[in-house]
Amino acid sequence: MAIVEFSNVSVDFPIYNASGRSLKKSLMRVATGGQLGADEQGRVIVRALENLNFTLQNGDRVGLVGHNGAGKSTLLRLLSGVYQPSIGTARIEGEVGSLLDISLGINGEATGRENIYMRGGLLGLNRGEVTRQLDEIIAFSELGDFIDMPVRTYSTGMHLRLAFSVSTVLRPEILLMDEWLSVGDENFRHKAEARMADIVQSTHILVIASHTRSLIHNTCNRVLWLEHGHLKMDGSPEEVLPAYFGN
Amino acid sequence: MGVMIGTIGLVFGQIFNSPMKVFLPFLAAGMILWGFISGLVTEGCDCFISAEGIIKQLPIPLFVHVMRMVWRNLLILAHNIVIFPLVLLAVGRPIGWLALLSIPGLLVVVANLTWVALLLGVLCTRYRDLSQIIASLLQVLYFLTPIIWMPSSLPSRAGKYLLDFNPLYHILSIVRSPLMDQLPTQGDWIVSLGICVVGWTVALVTYGRYKQRIAYWL
Repeated sequence: MAIVEFSNVSVDFPIYNASGRSLKKSLMRVATGGQLGADEQGRVIVRALENLNFTLQNGDRVGLVGHNGAGKSTLLRLLSGVYQPSIGTARIEGEVGSLLDISLGINGEATGRENIYMRGGLLGLNRGEVTRQLDEIIAFSELGDFIDMPVRTYSTGMHLRLAFSVSTVLRPEILLMDEWLSVGDENFRHKAEARMADIVQSTHILVIASHTRSLIHNTCNRVLWLEHGHLKMDGSPEEVLPAYFGN
Repeated sequence: MGVMIGTIGLVFGQIFNSPMKVFLPFLAAGMILWGFISGLVTEGCDCFISAEGIIKQLPIPLFVHVMRMVWRNLLILAHNIVIFPLVLLAVGRPIGWLALLSIPGLLVVVANLTWVALLLGVLCTRYRDLSQIIASLLQVLYFLTPIIWMPSSLPSRAGKYLLDFNPLYHILSIVRSPLMDQLPTQGDWIVSLGICVVGWTVALVTYGRYKQRIAYWL
């Protein structure tokens, strides 16, 4: 059972320039009674998301659309719990897993096997759970004997195959994605597609940000259209996609 | 580090006219511990900044990043501490059972440094020039604290101010004195534990108040 409930959620980013990040300048400002004031304060606030209200329930396959800078990534980070809303409340119940950056935490000096443990740890698996799934992960990645070589010796494709194999071990209740994951050569891609379909199938709520019309059309049953941090449209793909992409 | 201890030991030993048998082990213990302390404090300033990639992707408790840094520095300390018995061997000085007391001492030092790293980590993420200020302060403390000079070479009045009012001296003493076959004074323990309690309170209040903002500051 998973549920996401946003009520009046806004996110403000403080943008600090060099002097806004300086303790010396901040102390000087206090000492001079704030006379130097507004210009030197260097604090600009960008409202990345404004007044979002929506509820996601079990079975929702949500596509996020919007131009660059519309707030899609910020919304994904809110959902993952990295950011807390500046105003309003975001209630997220259920285990969240994100496939935003699958290579996160992979260390080039360590071997493939060690990296499986490290990446698994970052995903919230303990040592025993990783060990239990280790053989399956290695088999899936098709790395063979390379699994005991340092990752820096891998080709880009091998690197991604390793990252993909570990990251997709989880079966979270709420799954966050930024574009569809597609890795490897023709052969591996089929396996990867099958596994992705399996994950999407088993997750309760899927949220995917994408610029690809066909992907959203095929995967999602609900689309949120963000524009300048506002929720411009919320509805079924049939309604929203023509409005966003045009006919 | 070994080379540095040898060089400083020879030069300052001559300047202060201290017997090598006492001065060299004192210097070795002090320098190794100082390396640990200053490493923890300077890296503590960057502990959230250097984990930016992870913090922005995964909602892992932020304290994990402090613990990672503390553990890394403990491993470095374990490598450096090997120098100490070698120095003892070189000057032919025995070590007593009292040295075991430095283990609880080290635990208190780690507890103290962890709150410093937590507090500085939060503050330095917000104010990016703070880590440079801290680095300069550490340099000053290095000379104010008896590491490359012995407390006994101070005139007694100056000693009162330089030693009794220097918390770092007390914190250093609870580990170093047992290694030098001396009991740390009661004052050393009281100051170290007192700072630990007060510091943790301040650090936890600050961390609790600002932990949700850290991701935004990065």
